[in-house]
Amino acid sequence: MGDRKIKVETLTRVEGEGGLFIRMSGETIEEVRLEIYEPPRLFEALLRGRPLEDAPDITARICGICPVAYQMSSVHALESALEVTVSPEIRRLRRLLYCGEWIESHGLHMHLLHAPDFLGFESGLEMAKQFPEAVNRGLRLKKHGNQLVDLLGGRAIHPVNVCVGGFYRIPRRNEFQKLIPDFEWGLNAAMETTRWVAGFDFPEMVSDCEFVSLSHPDEYPMNEGVMKSSLGDVIEVEQYEEEFEERQVPHSTALQAFRKSTGRPYLLGPLSRINLNRDQLFPQARKLADEIGWEPVCRNPHKAIIARGLEIVHAYEEGLSILRDQHLAGKPRETYTPQAGTGKSATEAPRGTLYHRYEIDDQGKIVEACIVPPTSQNQAQIEVDLKHVVSESMGNEETELARKCENLVRAYDPCISCSTHFLKVTIDRH
Amino acid sequence: MSVGKPRLAVFKFASCDGCQLSLLDAEDQLLSVADALEIVYFPEATSRMEAGPYDISLIEGSITTPHDATRIQQIRRDSRFLMTIGACATSGGIQALRNGADSAEFMRSVYATPGYIEVLEHSTPIADHVAVDFELRGCPINQYQLIEVIQSLLAGRTPRTPGHSVCLDCKRRGTVCVTVAQGIACLGPVTQSGCNALCPSYNRGCYGCFGPASQINLVSLTSQMEQDGASRQEISNSLQNFNNNAPAFREESRRLQDRNGEPD
Ligand code: SF4
Ligand code: SF4
Repeated sequence: MGDRKIKVETLTRVEGEGGLFIRMSGETIEEVRLEIYEPPRLFEALLRGRPLEDAPDITARICGICPVAYQMSSVHALESALEVTVSPEIRRLRRLLYCGEWIESHGLHMHLLHAPDFLGFESGLEMAKQFPEAVNRGLRLKKHGNQLVDLLGGRAIHPVNVCVGGFYRIPRRNEFQKLIPDFEWGLNAAMETTRWVAGFDFPEMVSDCEFVSLSHPDEYPMNEGVMKSSLGDVIEVEQYEEEFEERQVPHSTALQAFRKSTGRPYLLGPLSRINLNRDQLFPQARKLADEIGWEPVCRNPHKAIIARGLEIVHAYEEGLSILRDQHLAGKPRETYTPQAGTGKSATEAPRGTLYHRYEIDDQGKIVEACIVPPTSQNQAQIEVDLKHVVSESMGNEETELARKCENLVRAYDPCISCSTHFLKVTIDRH
Repeated sequence: MSVGKPRLAVFKFASCDGCQLSLLDAEDQLLSVADALEIVYFPEATSRMEAGPYDISLIEGSITTPHDATRIQQIRRDSRFLMTIGACATSGGIQALRNGADSAEFMRSVYATPGYIEVLEHSTPIADHVAVDFELRGCPINQYQLIEVIQSLLAGRTPRTPGHSVCLDCKRRGTVCVTVAQGIACLGPVTQSGCNALCPSYNRGCYGCFGPASQINLVSLTSQMEQDGASRQEISNSLQNFNNNAPAFREESRRLQDRNGEPD
């Protein structure tokens, strides 16, 4: 075999714009690049000088699929700078809002973006012609997620109801209760969906990556906790920037994330969350994991679609428990007086841990903002895993090899729009 | 339209994907719309990637790189009907905030080696580059308006979206005015309808995500805000959101900033 180059110009069924570049010489893989050519939007710079109250509205616009994650990380970080503690009711409602986003985002990714890879379709819409029941069920799950974010957030894309300190308005009890019958149906449907995807034919693959996610003693991680790693480390969110670093690697112009202690990349997202926090899943999700024979530590990235299914089941169960809660009324938000300070926070976006840090002045203006989205952190690990696929499938035709690589990239549900303001990009055009 | 089903394409420029997601979010109508059209290019949703010509092209996002400034020209040539979706494509989006600032400094503050990335100094709407047949407002757009526009195109009638302000919708849905009753600043009187007056129904003022309505008296609103105690800087800030580069909002926020040092 001589020199070979494989280039996928546009990755499809991912959010945002990116490509793949692979260069081989004989049996040697010389280069594997996940290229991101999404134009930068410079959010961290746009935030400087703005009133801190603008942060949840502005950062939501980083990503249309996971705006809640941006709103949650920003309000938590700012509340930490302002030394504001929210009431238990607001805390529960924030988890409820996050449940909505997980259901919506995972539902979209599983049914419309990822499942077509296993069944050989070019899109979820094409797949719907042969699997109408599964696709319709998926669209309905996604719709429940949207309905919940719609009610509590005011709007499914870029919610308007989230603010530093809590919410502008807490919906009435009967508005929450109206969602219960749909959610009861959805819980069963989500279990069906999970059983369905668990039966797909998965490519064999073992990634020896380090899994990282938030972890919390009393709950499945969403809004709070410490960072845990499969190497056994526990890291306070305050220490985030001391433990993880972005740096430039010789073969790519993109900043990639590494653990400082090991010098190696790491993986965030549903697989990491379940591998590290399985015992915190709600009962039916845990039972379903046992029923489908989910391994104690799953190292096959292709199976992240099953992890998403289990997380949707969890989100329905937890969502239902909050929707049924009798005590959700109370003050919609905590008030505060601006004070100078720095606040850091990490929450679990559907794709993994999203870290925000803000420095504010005594007038409540943002002096500096730092946002580290999950995809920029996962990027280096994705490249490592891509090399693995390429080395296993050397003998394949170019199109087949490219397809395998694309399928793998989609398994991580990379959110390229989010990652780019943290990535440097040049396009290799030869 | 050409023989067979009309060919629909969806293109993305600098944006958050929220507007094209509105198309995927129209669950109930999605499968039937997908039936009436042939979606031949929509990278976020399908691996099918056919070349033009297209009957309808939906454009999300603003132009921020030299490469994108070239790409939109080709898309225009390939498209019979070109429609922009959302504040990014229609006014330049939140990323147009760099237009008034030191763009190079912005790049330096985010990227260690800004030289690697080719970006234009300004973020501009699609209509600054090519002729646009229809502009759908909002950050994000309203999915019902999107479906209505697509359906009217398919039926061969002119799409109609209302140009009145958010205020009127509050009256319609019976929301008590947040400014009058609670003294909350609100851009509702100058913002185009499309959201069904969402924010006031959640007890907050409108922040203008649908951009300026067609016939507005912005100066009179900002003077009122000043009288109610807001500083010129605060008012100017409130106009510098997702439609900061829409001419009406841009000019008024500049005027307020220029007057910032002046006595009342
Ligand atoms: S207009 Fe708003 S929702 Fe639409 S792409 Fe731009 S930032 Fe996203
Ligand atoms: S900001 Fe204004 S236009 Fe946007 S959703 Fe709120 S009320 Fe509607």
